[in-house]
Amino acid sequence: MIENGSPAKTASLGLARKGFRGRIHTIAAAATASDVKAAELERRLLELGFVEGAHVEILHEGPLGRDPIAVRVNNTTIALRRREAMAVLVA
Amino acid sequence: MTTASETSAWRFALVGTPNSGKTALFNALTGSRQKVANYPGVTVERKAGIIQTPGGHRVDLIDLPGTYSLRGRSPDEEITRDIVLGRLASEAAPDLLLCVADATNLRVALRLVIELKQVGRPLMLVLNMIDIARRRGIDIDLVKLSKELGVPVVTSTAVRRGGTEDLMRRIDAMAAGAADASIPNTWKPPTASDLRAAQREADRIIRVAVSAAARPETLTGRVDAVLLHPVAGLLILLGLLFVLFQAVFTGAKPLMDFISAGFDALGAMAHDALPAGLLQSFVQNGVISGVGSVIVFLPQILILFLFILLLEDLGYMARAAFLMDRIMGGAGLHGRAFIPLLSSFACAIPGIMATRVIDNRRDRLTTILVAPLMTCSARIPVYTLIISAFIPDQQIWGWVGLQGLVMFGLYAAGIFSALAVSFVANHFFWRENATPPFMIELPDYKMPRLPNVAMGLYMRAMMFLKRAGTTIFSMMVLIWFLASFPRPPAGAIEPAINFSLAAMIGRWIEPILAPVGFNWQISVALVPGMAAREVAVAALGTVYAIEGGKDVAAQIGQTLAGQWSLATALALLVWYIFAPQCASTLAVIKRETGSWRWMVITFGYMLALAYAASLITYNVAVALGAG
Repeated sequence: MIENGSPAKTASLGLARKGFRGRIHTIAAAATASDVKAAELERRLLELGFVEGAHVEILHEGPLGRDPIAVRVNNTTIALRRREAMAVLVA
Repeated sequence: MTTASETSAWRFALVGTPNSGKTALFNALTGSRQKVANYPGVTVERKAGIIQTPGGHRVDLIDLPGTYSLRGRSPDEEITRDIVLGRLASEAAPDLLLCVADATNLRVALRLVIELKQVGRPLMLVLNMIDIARRRGIDIDLVKLSKELGVPVVTSTAVRRGGTEDLMRRIDAMAAGAADASIPNTWKPPTASDLRAAQREADRIIRVAVSAAARPETLTGRVDAVLLHPVAGLLILLGLLFVLFQAVFTGAKPLMDFISAGFDALGAMAHDALPAGLLQSFVQNGVISGVGSVIVFLPQILILFLFILLLEDLGYMARAAFLMDRIMGGAGLHGRAFIPLLSSFACAIPGIMATRVIDNRRDRLTTILVAPLMTCSARIPVYTLIISAFIPDQQIWGWVGLQGLVMFGLYAAGIFSALAVSFVANHFFWRENATPPFMIELPDYKMPRLPNVAMGLYMRAMMFLKRAGTTIFSMMVLIWFLASFPRPPAGAIEPAINFSLAAMIGRWIEPILAPVGFNWQISVALVPGMAAREVAVAALGTVYAIEGGKDVAAQIGQTLAGQWSLATALALLVWYIFAPQCASTLAVIKRETGSWRWMVITFGYMLALAYAASLITYNVAVALGAG
């Protein structure tokens, strides 16, 4: 939320499909349906390495409803539900 | 740092993110000189051990729960935070924090180091798994890294012999004399912007001090293409679970039979060696069978934990949770709850112990709560006895055996009620806490190391024997006492148990159980039946004074068929789906949750379900003419 580049063409990681590659533009936790409070979700994502500018790639999708997703963040693989991944805006 | 005197040992604490290899390093440093206990008042495991350095120094080492930050989002992480900050009354503040990092995966770990620096306590970074990093061509400039971080850095390979020598030398060098550099503690819970800034700083340091991997890990990706495949991955998981279930259920059976037979033989020897009377009964039925009822669980626990430790070390557990998350999540269970619940089909005791694989306390408690509803193998003797005595051996729709169908129905009822209870618990009892999000790291695959697995297995076995064993044993002695006192009057014809406290309790609860169709004999048999579910079969035999013999179960069945109505039999079957008829399970719940509260809650809700379900079953059956 610090970065304020052009608002152009960002999409949510929570909607992206397997094989998607991109960079994190913003962490916008307020807009998700997660049960976790926005400020807490934002910090949890940051602690796992979801920081603006990081490279992300969706490696795998869960067997039911393509959920959860396994995301490569720079050098680590993190599994999370799409509901929480909605907070990660990618470009 | 204060210089260590001869008497007072240093205290070091291991801190690190999950998957940093912290526990493997702890095992390598302390060997068998370790002790597992609980922190007072919480259910968090306290792992401590002793390091003997080559230089002859002694260091008390404590392995803190893995965490990504000191914010303390769970009871485990709060313990880590409080010890690091020196806030915990029962623990002296550590003299040195050893922050363990996976050398192949430094990003998140360095951010944690930056946060830990604010605490102002002496800190050292241990780059673990340095061998794997070197093999992949990751070149870490230790001097630069240490300078940029402002923290001493040492490398280690926890799983290799001699892999901790550098670390040991550093510890000895410190003993030579280090000044007590007390830096004020400036730590406060990091905000989102603090975390961002720290991560940027960590990324900057990595750019300066670490060269990118020349040979990035590709094996994990290739294996995951199969193991996380939506169809193949699930099939492989199901196959693994099938093997696990077979191993726990069938594989442990010969050993368990052997142990039972051994203790029976020992009991018979004691019986012959001692004069008939109270002492003989106490030694044979109280002490020997009490110890036996603890030891008999060991094969299942060892087999189950062997699987769990191997899968955990391999890195597969996180993958299995990924595959199962949606499936288990529908009922409000954690993706990792499937192994404990599956194991509970063999026996709830290893199952409840296996809930340790679930990090989140709330998810773990829900799983513990419903695990005893899974149809364990001890229910089978009770089910087969009643089914073969009351359910006609006939086919319905031409091809389905009625007896098998009833058995299937009992299993299905157990599974369904477990899911229903966890659903209810999640939606009504945990409402004050939000669902913890499923967010876990999928670590790179690693070959499990035998010494590590063996150490884990040994610790689990000892913990079961010491902690749960004592409670199970005392409950067994109590049940023996209830079934043996007072003694029958001289010349009594009726079985001795009919004069005991157990019979008094049975007769006392009989009016309460009469509405569900239970007679006083059943009520009495349920008291010693608390020892284990299958004991009820023998207890019924005792109460009905059936002479033991080769086919005693068949005789009991005939007697019951003559004495009970079908409605009573059905009500007892339904009772056994739900009733908390197992003192050992309750003992383990008490030990694993660290409180009587959860044991009482489990006992209460299961009893209520059992009563309500039997009541409905009995009355419906009577109304349909089965009374």
